Amino acid sequence: METQLKGVRTANTAVQPAVRPKRKSVNKFVTISLFLAPAIIVYVFYVLYPIFSTLLYSFYKWDGVGAGTYVGLQNYVNLLKDNVFWTSLTNNTWVILTSIFVQIPLGLIMALMLLAPIRGIRLFSGVYFFPFLISTVAVGLLWVLMLDPLNGIINRLVSVFGFENVEWLSQSHTAMFAVLLVIVWQFSPFYMILFKAAIVGIPEELYEAAEIDGANAFTKFFRITLPLLMPTIVSSSILAIVGSLKAFDIFYVMTGGGPNHGTELLGTYMFKQAFVNFNMGYASAIAFVMFFLAMIVTILIQALDFYRKKKGAYA
Amino acid sequence: MNLAIKKVPLYVIALILLVFTGYPFLYMISTSLKSRTEFFEKPYSLFSSFTLENFKSVFEMGLSRYFLNSILVSVIAVVAVMLIAALASYPLSRMKFKLNRVVFLLFIAGMMLPIHATLIPVFKLSQSMGLYDTVWALLGPYIASSLPISIFILTQFMQEIPASLEEAAKIDGCSHFGIFWRVILPMLTPALMTVLIYNFIHLWNEFIFALVLISSPENMTLPLGLQDFKGEFSVNIPGLMAALTLASLPILVVYLFSQEKVVKGLAGGAVKE
Repeated sequence: METQLKGVRTANTAVQPAVRPKRKSVNKFVTISLFLAPAIIVYVFYVLYPIFSTLLYSFYKWDGVGAGTYVGLQNYVNLLKDNVFWTSLTNNTWVILTSIFVQIPLGLIMALMLLAPIRGIRLFSGVYFFPFLISTVAVGLLWVLMLDPLNGIINRLVSVFGFENVEWLSQSHTAMFAVLLVIVWQFSPFYMILFKAAIVGIPEELYEAAEIDGANAFTKFFRITLPLLMPTIVSSSILAIVGSLKAFDIFYVMTGGGPNHGTELLGTYMFKQAFVNFNMGYASAIAFVMFFLAMIVTILIQALDFYRKKKGAYA
Repeated sequence: MNLAIKKVPLYVIALILLVFTGYPFLYMISTSLKSRTEFFEKPYSLFSSFTLENFKSVFEMGLSRYFLNSILVSVIAVVAVMLIAALASYPLSRMKFKLNRVVFLLFIAGMMLPIHATLIPVFKLSQSMGLYDTVWALLGPYIASSLPISIFILTQFMQEIPASLEEAAKIDGCSHFGIFWRVILPMLTPALMTVLIYNFIHLWNEFIFALVLISSPENMTLPLGLQDFKGEFSVNIPGLMAALTLASLPILVVYLFSQEKVVKGLAGGAVKE
């Protein structure tokens, strides 16, 4: 009896090696799936499937209720003929340019101030970050009041330079300028943080060596700090481009895209078409263009990064 | 002496930036403490009076309801995101499998995604699930849109945890879930802190999903409620400023108490150490 059992047992172990890897890989698959399942379900349901639906809706003329009519690429054709679409795209470009050429340099200046040999750094660094903390809606409402033609502090400020009662948000060009100013105010602190961390990471010896060679502050900044900050400047620019494509809140709150579409963005225009005019198909086409642009930017960045790394590997 | 003069331009720049970033907040708080007549008489004076009337009327108009909604949604969503993202990050950062890279990139790509591309379908979904115009409609989109950055932060952190710890636990007979709960999760606290701060502040301030998915005032979150207040307060600017002050207060207070953590958290995965 006992020998028999032993025999069975050895037979079992002899068979096992053939079975085990498979069972183990099934087990591993189950484990991995269980870990990933909650995230994947939520993500597919609320992100991936909706993107696909948006693409689908964009081929329909649809008011959001009942079934739409299939119109093929008509929405996209109309979009290319739509002046407001081109205005929006131009305005989005302005947001991108402002982010890269005003916000990022200002963020860098702020970071440099936080590391400058002056007193009161704690106060400065504490307050500089404030604008990035509060909600865009609050920021927008606050600045609308500060830009008010009658009681706003901004007009009092510019009256020193001879401008009287500027109606900032009621004319296209001043409205765009005013909202861009607010964007700079709100987001520069974010870049300040990125730059501060990067500057702190630069080895002190480099500066000491430069000092021995008789370099002044400007030389040190342009020969050491700036070149070593290049990766941060590049990644900040990426964040700025992607963030600017998504811009919506501040424009919606401050101008609603007006006056007369003067500050319209892809985001605000899409929202109006979808939830004010109920042109859901047309709005989906705008939304998909936004997605497409973001995807192109992302792929370009990835490709550049890949190319840079490959080149680096050969060097 | 010479050195001190050299520093004058530095102080000038630092002070200009201080006024630029800080003045709007002083204006907001000081206006919220003025009576309406005083505001019209002296719109620019700072801290010339201290009345709490405006705060009272703001609460009477239902700001506390917005507060409760915002707290409810952001707390539930943030806790769920922390758990779901930590679970997903474990196999993505510490196990080898075929689709690992693809799944990871699919999640990370979400950081670049314009929310607008999901807006109409999410609106339709919440209608067909009967969630439209309830705070619960926000949970799904909030969790889903917070996953990419959270997974990004957590996988980066998890990769740094030495494999030897895990192997020791494996030898002791721990399953993967056991390792996750008892070994990985406790070590994850700093990264989870970042995830918590980043997502909480972003969700607390979130606007567009709330705008699309909620229409009745009693279900609004703070940012949406503030936007709604704008109409009612068009003649009562100190009242609106009181509402803005109250809405910003929780985050400003948290910030004052743990400045470094908030800054690091808000920089998200962007600042590595």
